[in-house]
Amino acid sequence: MKKAYITVDGIHVPIEGEKNLLEVIRKANIELPTFCYHSEISVYGACRMCMVDIEGRGLQPSCSTSAADGMVVKTNTKEIRNLRKMIVELMLAHHDQNCTTCPKSGECRLQEIAQQLGVSKVRFKQIHDFAPLDDSSDAIVRDPSKCVLCGDCVRVCNEIQSVGVLDFAQRGFSSTVVASFDKPFGTVECVNCGQCIKVCPVGALSPKSQIDGVWEAIHDPKKKVVVQIAPAVRVSLGEYFGYKPGAATSGQIITALRMLGFDQIYDTAFAADLTVLQEGDEFLERYLKGQNLPQFTSCCPAWVKFAEQYYPDMLPNLSTCKSPQQMFGSLCKDQLTKILDIEREDLVVVSIMPCTAKKYEAKRPEFFEGDNPDVDFVLTTKELSLMIKEQGIEFEKLEPGSYDMPFGFKTGAGVIFGNSGGVSEAVLRYAAAKLNHGKMLDVRELRGPESTRVAEISIGDVSLRLGIVSGLANARRLIDKVRSGEENFDLIEVMACCGGCINGGGQPTSSDQEHLSKRAKGLQDQDKMLQFHSSQENPYLQELMREDLTEEKAHELLHTFYQNRKRITLDDIMIRRPEQEAELSIKICLGTSCFLRGAQTLYSQLTDYITQNGLDEVTEISASFCNELCQKGPVVTINGKILEHCTFERAVQELKKVKSFAH
Amino acid sequence: MEGNPHSVLEGMIIAGKAVGASVGYIYVRTEYPLAVSNLKLAVKAAEEAGFLGKKIFGSDFDFEMRIMEGAGAFVCGEETALMASIEGKRGMPMPKPPFPAERGLFGKPTVINNVETFATVPVAMLMGVDVYAAKGTEKSSGTKTFALTGHVAHTGLIEVPFSTTLREIIVDIGGGVIDDDGVNRGADFKAVQIGGPSGGCLTQEHLDMSLDYDNLLKVGAMIGSGGLVVMNQQTCMIKIARFFMQFTQNESCGKCVVCREGTRQMLELLDDIIEGRATAETIELLEELAHVVKIGSLCGLGKTAPNPVLSTLKYFREEYDAHVFDKTCPTGQCEALSRYVIVPELCKSCSLCARACPVDAISGSKGVPYVIDQEICIRCGVCMDTCKFNAIVK
Repeated sequence: MKKAYITVDGIHVPIEGEKNLLEVIRKANIELPTFCYHSEISVYGACRMCMVDIEGRGLQPSCSTSAADGMVVKTNTKEIRNLRKMIVELMLAHHDQNCTTCPKSGECRLQEIAQQLGVSKVRFKQIHDFAPLDDSSDAIVRDPSKCVLCGDCVRVCNEIQSVGVLDFAQRGFSSTVVASFDKPFGTVECVNCGQCIKVCPVGALSPKSQIDGVWEAIHDPKKKVVVQIAPAVRVSLGEYFGYKPGAATSGQIITALRMLGFDQIYDTAFAADLTVLQEGDEFLERYLKGQNLPQFTSCCPAWVKFAEQYYPDMLPNLSTCKSPQQMFGSLCKDQLTKILDIEREDLVVVSIMPCTAKKYEAKRPEFFEGDNPDVDFVLTTKELSLMIKEQGIEFEKLEPGSYDMPFGFKTGAGVIFGNSGGVSEAVLRYAAAKLNHGKMLDVRELRGPESTRVAEISIGDVSLRLGIVSGLANARRLIDKVRSGEENFDLIEVMACCGGCINGGGQPTSSDQEHLSKRAKGLQDQDKMLQFHSSQENPYLQELMREDLTEEKAHELLHTFYQNRKRITLDDIMIRRPEQEAELSIKICLGTSCFLRGAQTLYSQLTDYITQNGLDEVTEISASFCNELCQKGPVVTINGKILEHCTFERAVQELKKVKSFAH
Repeated sequence: MEGNPHSVLEGMIIAGKAVGASVGYIYVRTEYPLAVSNLKLAVKAAEEAGFLGKKIFGSDFDFEMRIMEGAGAFVCGEETALMASIEGKRGMPMPKPPFPAERGLFGKPTVINNVETFATVPVAMLMGVDVYAAKGTEKSSGTKTFALTGHVAHTGLIEVPFSTTLREIIVDIGGGVIDDDGVNRGADFKAVQIGGPSGGCLTQEHLDMSLDYDNLLKVGAMIGSGGLVVMNQQTCMIKIARFFMQFTQNESCGKCVVCREGTRQMLELLDDIIEGRATAETIELLEELAHVVKIGSLCGLGKTAPNPVLSTLKYFREEYDAHVFDKTCPTGQCEALSRYVIVPELCKSCSLCARACPVDAISGSKGVPYVIDQEICIRCGVCMDTCKFNAIVK
């Protein structure tokens, strides 16, 4: 078949199965400006910046137009240039332009495009009618005054993460993006993964900074400040200083951290090694007993909250292991206080994470002793880069430094935690040794860019089926299959962000596949260069296990518990309460599950029935609301008696039992 | 829908039969309770009579009718937004393609038409398509319903063949143009807004033009919803443009930037003109922005929203110029541009106006005619109302 071509500004470009015209135009080395186009989420077509002139069809948005053979496209006519400039002017007129104090300054798409298009003045009236900044979340700050309403966050949360906590409210010029029911961000079902931050082209969503608190601690002579660095940070921080994605800069990071004033510099990968041993033992025990399988990993805090909210029935299947960050925190607060002979309050644990959910995790009440948290501060990769810049450190010129012992020593198994599949691979390496099957170095079946992978691994005569999934919508699909019995696994590794921690919400914003692959490879290369590759070989860890961690102690320090977050624990909604004391009390559940089974109709029938029979004066009607899919709806409670799968007839029958009245 | 809902049902059943559809939806704004209740009655009656439901007239054809009440958003008249609303989603237009005929309601191929179109189907079939199509012009065949309103003696819904002229509609059917006080004194027609809030205006020169799709497109207007608002000479066209702009900017769904931000900024610019703050740049920027909103918007609402501005700019430029450069409103409708002046010959120096003025803009003394300080005056008109000698003019 003849190849199809289009002409873009006089250049012939082949059509090779691209999703839309915009992707084809990119092959002509033209990067059209866009705010709302992301290849991994659905086409929205709202910013109108990518409009091009198609011969015979006039101006069309290239993101929502398919390329067709013979199409002649112009990307830069006078009309298009005027259109783009004016769109930017319109956006700027309804945008808080205090750029210098914006967290996104320097990386802001609006700033970049305005500059690129030469927008030197905004001719429209500035209209500032924004909702106040919302910093109620532990992880993410929302600033409506910066929002350009591109809907990227709405779609990524809904489509990639299947959480859907953000959506548009109001219409026209009053449109805003709000969290569910316009409640504070910190009180809704947000899992804090920060993928919304990654797609936000402007400063409307940003990680909640803890930089000030960290400086405060460093400058306090009474405090010992120790820091842990997560694996994924070392292959991405360099991007802020001109390094290519994937370039490992651990050495420079260590030197920089010392210059910043941290007392001890440790590696989260040490705690990851510890996680491997704990989680590996837990898995082998469950596997041999055939209990609570598949086992789910628990190192991703966004996934843990997701499971608590949407899969409470699966919580017994989650590993009880704390995440490496939290294991590290509790270990430090327990061990270092003794070694250094200081009070818990005077030991400050800081972690550098690729993740915004880790900020939330550190604030979970179970990770506190009294008022004192196991991990005091969590900085994202970006925040660390800002601290380095603030001190004026020329990062790229630094001599590499080395970690402090004992918690700075790790094996390659701990380092690959940052990649999707890494936790599974590390656990398998350990399990292989434990099952006396010698060394298992590379488990390539577990690697790859696909967001859902299935691997069947044999260790001797043990055959394991593993599921590796990243992106919570993918996780939801996989778990639903497990729930329905369509799929079966022994171990499922879930990472909330596609590709794992290397694509976390606290990482440099680029999330194109090429960048991610380079970061993933960076971690694999680190694994290769290290002396040991299986967690159990870590000598410092061996010593710790031998000397300090009894089984009981390990359980206390390294394991946690989960809670069902599904039920809405608000009071029932009182719909009608008579003045005198009610003789009849009807409560009806109007939650999704009951609603889908006709609760609303039943409610109308019952209220009509009550009125028709003259019972309004003696009947109290209330509604409860939950989003558990209990399969028992509609549920009606009449004077305390719960009627499941209730019908109108059954309810009437019950009403008559309770009170005799004329029909 | 209110008067003869069965005509719509019949048209939809025929369309369903024609394309092999088994379910029809009627999307009706919940603010039209009469339409909603009559439609429901009609559907019930049609079901009982066997026109709707399983095996219609004993054939193999099943057709079910569902009535969906919308919460009342203008943009939900846009087909993709309408379908999103039926699906329970936010009423926002989606980029096309895919067109509804490929992937419409709930992802299924969908035929979507206006009420009027469906209601015309049975009539056209009964008459015979040739007979029906013989009415009107070659490219705009048949008839069209207009909602005639504004400064005419008789207002209401009218159905006329395409090719009828504006003069016929206004004079013969509407009974001529009336004054603000409701009297027909003849010959003071100024313009008509055609096609609803996002249509354009037609003027004196279009009175004898045949009304059809092509002709209207040529002069920058459209049939649109079939609204016809007749305006007399006392109407300020800038205020009219502002009125419609206010409507469309309120009804914009807020999805695409040019419509959401652009309509609001057009409104701001029109306010500048009406309130005397405009300069030459204002009108230049308004024109440029109107063009951008027209070419850049995602859906029909935005693409047509600037029409009232563009067509008044085209036909009533001098009125804009008067507001912008002379700071006057030729019809005297724009308060901010009107000047209240005391005619010295008529002033009796009674001081009533000075005492009534809320901002003390009027001064004078006994025996000397009073004067209004235009710098202080807020143009509230209280002085004019107070004067017993008609000495104050606008």
